[in-house]
Amino acid sequence: MSNAKKKVSADDALRMFRQMVRIRTFENNANQLYLSAKMPGLTHMYSGEEAVAVGICEALLPTDKITSTHRGHGHCVAKGADFKAMFCELLGKEEGYCRGKGGSMHIADQSNGNLGANAIVGGSLGIATGAALTSKLKKTGDVAVCFFGDGATAQGLMYEVMNMAALWKLPVIYACENNGYSEYTKTEEIAAGSITARAEAFGIESHQVDGQDVIAVNELSRTLVERARKGEGPFFLELMTYRYHGHHVGDINREYYRAKSEEEDWRENRDPIIRMRAWLIENKYATEAELDELSKEVTEDAEAAVAYALDAPYPDVSEVDMHVYTDIEHVLA
Amino acid sequence: MRKITLSKAVNEALAEEMRHDETVIILGEDVAEAGTPFKVLSGLVEEFGTERVIDTPISEPGFMGIGVGTAMTGMRPVVDLMFGDFIFLIMDQLCNQAAKTHYMSGGKLNVPLVLRTNMGATRRSAAQHSQSLHAIVAHIPGLKVAMPSSAYEAKGLLKTAIRDDNPVVIFEDKLMYQDSAEVPEEEYSIPFGEACIKREGTDITLIGTSSMVQVCEKAAEMLQAEGISTEVIDPRTIVPLDEKTLVESAKKTGRVIVVDEGHQSFGVTSEIASRINEQAFYHLDAPTTRIGAMDVPIPFSPALEDITVPTPERVFEQAKKLVSGELINAA
Repeated sequence: MSNAKKKVSADDALRMFRQMVRIRTFENNANQLYLSAKMPGLTHMYSGEEAVAVGICEALLPTDKITSTHRGHGHCVAKGADFKAMFCELLGKEEGYCRGKGGSMHIADQSNGNLGANAIVGGSLGIATGAALTSKLKKTGDVAVCFFGDGATAQGLMYEVMNMAALWKLPVIYACENNGYSEYTKTEEIAAGSITARAEAFGIESHQVDGQDVIAVNELSRTLVERARKGEGPFFLELMTYRYHGHHVGDINREYYRAKSEEEDWRENRDPIIRMRAWLIENKYATEAELDELSKEVTEDAEAAVAYALDAPYPDVSEVDMHVYTDIEHVLA
Repeated sequence: MRKITLSKAVNEALAEEMRHDETVIILGEDVAEAGTPFKVLSGLVEEFGTERVIDTPISEPGFMGIGVGTAMTGMRPVVDLMFGDFIFLIMDQLCNQAAKTHYMSGGKLNVPLVLRTNMGATRRSAAQHSQSLHAIVAHIPGLKVAMPSSAYEAKGLLKTAIRDDNPVVIFEDKLMYQDSAEVPEEEYSIPFGEACIKREGTDITLIGTSSMVQVCEKAAEMLQAEGISTEVIDPRTIVPLDEKTLVESAKKTGRVIVVDEGHQSFGVTSEIASRINEQAFYHLDAPTTRIGAMDVPIPFSPALEDITVPTPERVFEQAKKLVSGELINAA
């Protein structure tokens, strides 16, 4: 872990720890909902990558914008979302963030600046860059962060929008979560050369950072966010991280592309929550008992939200043709 | 009333809306100093500056995606797609992102974006610069689709599009940019979903979109000389579609031809004809027929290209067959 105690207050450090625990707990519950056949469809677990979303989002203001991915629960929680409305969305319920119309892969929470998860790999690169253009034109000072995976670096859209962001000096940060796998394929098999060098080719300042170290991620993000606010953007981050689960919750037998020993190594030796926990105790920011209590609170909160969502009503079938257009209440009426 | 070109009408609509609302911006290739290859936007950058009339690299998916992002965060971008054929390059941003954002977010996020592009063959530009692809866009729920048939419609529909909170695609016929029509000096707009009866008649209805309205009007003149009274209707927007006006006319005349410059198969003509058959069947004296572009890529050679698109002569011949009952007898 970064030796950054002086720069990180106890409040900030504990909030980051809590947010990482919240994401892990959310995902464990979501996985259980899938395994017990209570959740429609599939979902993609963020477990293992918590330090990325939390380290970055803790450097942002609620008015700053993010775009997220199919593996997006972590970004959503980190940007301030509420468990109840998230679980309701995962279960297709009326009280979900998108009234059950989006589901796991499309949660948007505009009240916290989350412009939405996107189920097209790389699909939100333009949206985040556009949000940054709005910020520049309206002089709002907002920064936009585009989360995407290493798999999205194979999409042409990325290079088109990075080119424009660099030409126009937009306040956007491209946050590439390199978890080592592009769906079921090793990243080294799909990405030639260096990922950061691709951004550097556009004159974009790029950094590679340990995505399992929340303090390192947060420290760098704070610096870059403030610089982006001043018009020094765009920036590119490659965050080296790992996804504990398969590509999605149903990707269980995956030894054909990834060894169990590799997964165990990351879980045991590089887990962002275990590392942060040790750091908090070592620096006397919290005691074991206090952190256990924190985790217990989060677990209870999540369990209550799951119970609430399971009992919550589905949207009325009359909603099926609502929200197609802003000005036509029922498009098929 | 004064007459101005369709090109000038589009330019005026943009200038008026940009003066009225500072969140309106233009994004696209060669939109600023060049004013586009068709010179439709000439003069706008001088008035509104390069911050609002933004030249982009040749990156259609990129600037369309950026347009969507600006629209989701408080701007009203008018994205300029130089040729309608390039719509295939931006399909993800248009159909997976812009069209679905409002629905997928349960009504929380809006995409007030206008995509201005063009259509129309016979410019000797061959298969990749001549297509009329509006039906492909109209197939996707969440998008509105406007098809101006003259300078008057071009201005009025574009102003409505810019003020609409939904993504709207406007297809301008690139061969009509220099065509003039009467356009009022004073401000006006044309509501979506309201067809315009261009000519009243009692024997047959011709429904035409975009430049096919002119084709239908010419055919109507020829039919008039034969004593056939022809109604000509311009839907003006195909999404939303003013079914009521189309169906009422079908019930009145009992015979309908739908004319559109998109490929005939799986297109606008099929859709409109089908709705008329469903809703006016017992009032019809003949099957509703369709004339679209030939189901071939648009060829380069003038000798070939001209026969791929609907012409007044073909509409006239078809109408005569419908009125005489020849088509029924053939069946």
